[in-house]
Amino acid sequence: MTRARLIERALLLAATVSGLSTVSIFVFMVILGLPILTAGHFSELLTGPWSPDHGVYGIRSMIVGSLTISFLSLLFAFPLSLGTSVLIAVLAPRGVALAMKRLVRFMTAIPTVVYGFVGIFLLVPIIRELFVHGSGMSILTAALLLAILISPTMILIFVDSFERVPRSYLTAVAALGGSRIDKLIHVILPCSWPGIVTGLVLALGRAMGDTMISLMVAGNSVGLPQSILDSSRTLTGHIGLIISADFDSLEFKALFACGLLLYLMTSIMVVIIRSLHFRAGVRGW
Amino acid sequence: MVMKRVKESIIVVLSWLCSLLLAGSVATIIGYLLFKGLATINLALIFGDTAPLEAIFLGRQVFNGLLPAMVGTLALVLLALIFAIPLGVAAGIYMAEYGKGRLKGWFSLFFDILASIPSIVVGLFGFSVAVFLHHNLSERIYPCLLIAALSLAFLVLPYIIRTTQVALESIPVTIRQTAPALGATKLQNISHVLLPHALSAMMSGIVLAMGRCAEDTAVIMLTGVVASAGMPRSIFAGFEALPFYIYYISAQYSDSRELASGYGAAIILLIICIMLFGLAFYIKARFELTFTARSGDKRRISQRIMKAPDRRKKSLKVNFQTEQSGQGTLL
Repeated sequence: MTRARLIERALLLAATVSGLSTVSIFVFMVILGLPILTAGHFSELLTGPWSPDHGVYGIRSMIVGSLTISFLSLLFAFPLSLGTSVLIAVLAPRGVALAMKRLVRFMTAIPTVVYGFVGIFLLVPIIRELFVHGSGMSILTAALLLAILISPTMILIFVDSFERVPRSYLTAVAALGGSRIDKLIHVILPCSWPGIVTGLVLALGRAMGDTMISLMVAGNSVGLPQSILDSSRTLTGHIGLIISADFDSLEFKALFACGLLLYLMTSIMVVIIRSLHFRAGVRGW
Repeated sequence: MVMKRVKESIIVVLSWLCSLLLAGSVATIIGYLLFKGLATINLALIFGDTAPLEAIFLGRQVFNGLLPAMVGTLALVLLALIFAIPLGVAAGIYMAEYGKGRLKGWFSLFFDILASIPSIVVGLFGFSVAVFLHHNLSERIYPCLLIAALSLAFLVLPYIIRTTQVALESIPVTIRQTAPALGATKLQNISHVLLPHALSAMMSGIVLAMGRCAEDTAVIMLTGVVASAGMPRSIFAGFEALPFYIYYISAQYSDSRELASGYGAAIILLIICIMLFGLAFYIKARFELTFTARSGDKRRISQRIMKAPDRRKKSLKVNFQTEQSGQGTLL
């Protein structure tokens, strides 16, 4: 075999090893979580409460916690991000737009644990005194912090897709006597819907996959939350809280069910984004 | 008409309000952190009661200081990159230069999924692999620096693959085809023209990956980080790390001194991440500059061919000359 072929083989091997790691994480989760996925535990796992003392290892409240926190944070972050990206891409004078863009990029560099740390000592007391309900560690607190964490993801993608709208379209609107708001509503937003959906899905994935913020400020109680002011535990937080060293216990196996669920949810999001790009012909993000 | 005016003004005002709200919250978070923690930033925060020079050069143990956590983070980042860079760059080169058709599509899907897996799941994977090996291979294996670094390597692997791939694929065709036109083989083209050209973009991606390794907490908290281990002594032992220290303090602080050190640690981690981030952008800005400076390209490529090792230069030079005499000046 020639040297060139050998090197090509080596490169292929590297790609294969990297690709297989994706598969092996999945296989590991399935194999290790198998005892709790089969043997009649399955429906109990998805719908039951978490009470290891009674031998019930349901992760329903973690699923509810993850979904509420991430969707609530998306609810806060989406208008905020849309407004900010409209300002950056359409409305603001050059200097302001550039400064805002720099700020958003800077935000992506802030470590999650720093957000969590400030959240505990700044936001939690505020929420506690504002609503006089529990410790202040709640779904709302986590969702507010997460909204700040996921906003840059959305804004950068939104701005990018706004700027991809062909200039000729905008000139056409101007020629018809349309204002910049007309451009925004009738051309820019309709043209960049694939980018907007991509940003939303990616941000949802980030919110759902984040561990530290919900672990630090959501309170981690295992009960089913009744309101957004209740404390709650997410799937990621549940995995992060493992203290049991008993690898073979069902309590531990339930973590793999959580991991598997997170894995499947984020994979579905990836497939959605990829098919969207494939269909709309949007290039990379 | 008036209604339309009002509607337009409302949109403008809302848009400005959103931006102000976002900028305000970030300013509040950073401002609060600096307000509370800036006073604690001094040598004692890092070195505790030990003299700095003795801690660095004589290896004296540091108590009540952040040095072990900082060194632990540094060791973790370097070790993770040692694993991730060769694999990621090789896979990225394959994706950009060799991968074709369906296989490339599958790889691409897998890398996207790998990039999307929550870090805590990667941590759980690393943890269970460690426990699995502990039971089946050797009693001495348990979550440690090596396991944490390997898990982190998987976390940043897709980033390195993607940046390498994109850096190579975005090289203009004029540069991509110059060396093959002069008779260079595909491999020579990759190693002497394409890779050097893509290097700064790749570096920028790697520096961003460093930042991710430095700030990640979820992976390491399952794979071997501990609250107090002292300086990292072996890759098979537990270690301290800055982000975990911040998390630990926020949950377990016992007095105001410890809490203050938590603020200090948060500021130091923030500075490290911002510096890495700034570095990545600086490298990238320079890279975009070289791309627009087209006129320099020809000279750079010929220089790169001339810099090749002798045995290769010979063949390149021969080809170079035959091309020149045969078809006029290509370069």
